[in-house]
Amino acid sequence: MALLEVQNLKKYFPVRKGILSRTIGFVRAVDRVSFSIEQGETLGLVGESGCGKTTVGRSILRLIEPTSGQIRFNGQDLLSLDGEELRRVRASLQIIFQDPFSSLNPRMNVGQIIAEPIKNHLEISPAEIKERVAHLMEKVGLHPEQMNRYPHEFSGGQRQRIGIARALALNPLLIICDEPVSALDVSIQAQVINLLAQLQEQMNLSYLFIAHDLSVVEHISKRVAVMYLGNIVELANDQELYRNPLHPYTQALLSAVPVPDPEVKKKRIILQGDVPSPLNPPAGCAFHPRCHKREDICLLKEAELQVLGGDHWVACHLR
Amino acid sequence: MNESQAPLLSVRDLHTRFPTLDGIVNAVDGVDFDIHRGETVGLVGESGCGKTVTALSILQLLRCPPAEIQGRIFFGGQNLLGLHREEIRKIRGQAISMIFQEPMTSLNPVLTIGDQISEGARVHEGMTRQKAWRWAVEMLRRVQIPEAETRAGEYPHKLSGGMRQRAMIAMALSCKPQLILADEPTTALDVTIQAQIMDLLLRLKEEIETAVVLITHDLGIIAEMASRVVVMYAGKVMEEAPVKELFKDPRHPYTRGLLGSIPVIGRKVQTGRRLREIPGVVPSLLQMPQGCRFHPRCPEAINICREQEPPMVRLGEHRRVNCWLEAKNPQKEAPASGANGIE
Repeated sequence: MALLEVQNLKKYFPVRKGILSRTIGFVRAVDRVSFSIEQGETLGLVGESGCGKTTVGRSILRLIEPTSGQIRFNGQDLLSLDGEELRRVRASLQIIFQDPFSSLNPRMNVGQIIAEPIKNHLEISPAEIKERVAHLMEKVGLHPEQMNRYPHEFSGGQRQRIGIARALALNPLLIICDEPVSALDVSIQAQVINLLAQLQEQMNLSYLFIAHDLSVVEHISKRVAVMYLGNIVELANDQELYRNPLHPYTQALLSAVPVPDPEVKKKRIILQGDVPSPLNPPAGCAFHPRCHKREDICLLKEAELQVLGGDHWVACHLR
Repeated sequence: MNESQAPLLSVRDLHTRFPTLDGIVNAVDGVDFDIHRGETVGLVGESGCGKTVTALSILQLLRCPPAEIQGRIFFGGQNLLGLHREEIRKIRGQAISMIFQEPMTSLNPVLTIGDQISEGARVHEGMTRQKAWRWAVEMLRRVQIPEAETRAGEYPHKLSGGMRQRAMIAMALSCKPQLILADEPTTALDVTIQAQIMDLLLRLKEEIETAVVLITHDLGIIAEMASRVVVMYAGKVMEEAPVKELFKDPRHPYTRGLLGSIPVIGRKVQTGRRLREIPGVVPSLLQMPQGCRFHPRCPEAINICREQEPPMVRLGEHRRVNCWLEAKNPQKEAPASGANGIE
């Protein structure tokens, strides 16, 4: 059985207006998203800003309360849990945030930040906690002597390492990595990617790796899901998705990535226009106004995610 | 690119300093490069390497004091750094214009798009308000903004990020500049929008035959857009090369490190999951290491790298590298090769 199974996950944010705060509509941030992650596997979740990828990640942790759907984690139904039960499950379900500058409390020193989950979940002596924190810091490439320093004394890459150490503190099974390297410079980005890969091998971790950079996602993931306007439009293993993209959006997205090789001249599919507002998504297939292959049916009917053999899923009428 | 002509822009020994309470920050520390007519040159480096400050120094968009700009910047036969404030204003936006990174913050929120684009035409070309407005609408059409007349009357907050960057490009191109300084023009945008903007910029650049200095940290964009690349690190030029040579045969260990750090789609199969990272972090501009600035992170550093600043070694007309390993000097243990000249 899969470690994490998400089925028909929906999150609609109400849009309120007026002094009575009447609901005048919904932003469909996530609309019927389903996927699963196996133990020790990395699933990449890519998409452009506003496609709902971060909302999916936060809904799994219930940092955002989903509207409906099912989330099964390690055999438990996450959405039926509350209070103490949920708190206990979260020990094995952690998150690394995008912005290492705002996700660490500036008034706590590094030792306190990393010790906080341990204090909350385990009853062990202060000496043992300190030992564990020192061990975690070494594991992520920080010096334990820096335990008494504050976040502002660290560089972006080092802060991201602090965030990783905090996520690892309770030996989790799954870590949601929400754009963990996009705020970092390329040379530092490579260090953090290597660290995440190495930790995965050592601890048999599973990752949900959320990012907008297709090359980074390809590098770290075994399977990749592409999101557009609240839906998964394609899901396949990394080799298959990048070599043989079937959805027109995936094709355009991949063709838009600049290749760092001046000898390669590739044909680019340039999408017209911007991503439509999720407040008022287009009828039929949400991608049809920008699609270079659209046909009549795309305007009328939503496309369902279907399997095309070999575990390659795609939501397109033309397939 | 005509090599026999004098370069359009020559930057010589540019130093930009910011005195701070903690000491002097040498953001740009002795930078030289040339830009020829019509060519696209990439200026690459990580945050804090001085690439943006170089561009701002060219147009003197830094408040001086506190900033101190020294050196020579020749453009059209005159030294821009010797010009009076009023004289440099005539060049900004007309002969040299700039595209800024953040389309959200670099447009004035209380002026309409049309007002902002027509300002250049009014100031530099002396157009009447009405004529300049029509020109602005025409520019918006050229950057493919739908319903250009309506959009010209709107304020920046009503436009999406991609549209704002288009407006920014319209503004930069409105006086047909000879040189555009594009500072991370697509960094804040999504990939599909980035592709639109790059495509547009490339097409308009050909149309008005302008030269572009493309400042970016994205080596993918460099590979696709630039013909020549200048790599910067900690305020200095580390390497310069024609784009194909840089990617095929990078000579500076820092360039090699940068190229090894980026994940490339499809390469995982051959190289495995481990990227070739550059260890350590960029040094603080207040505490530059002795000798070569890259030596604490350099896997190939030798003794002299820790003691003395490396020479700029010329390997060809547009090929130079700032590294001891390339210097031909019999006293050093460096594996020198070929007849390299030292500047």
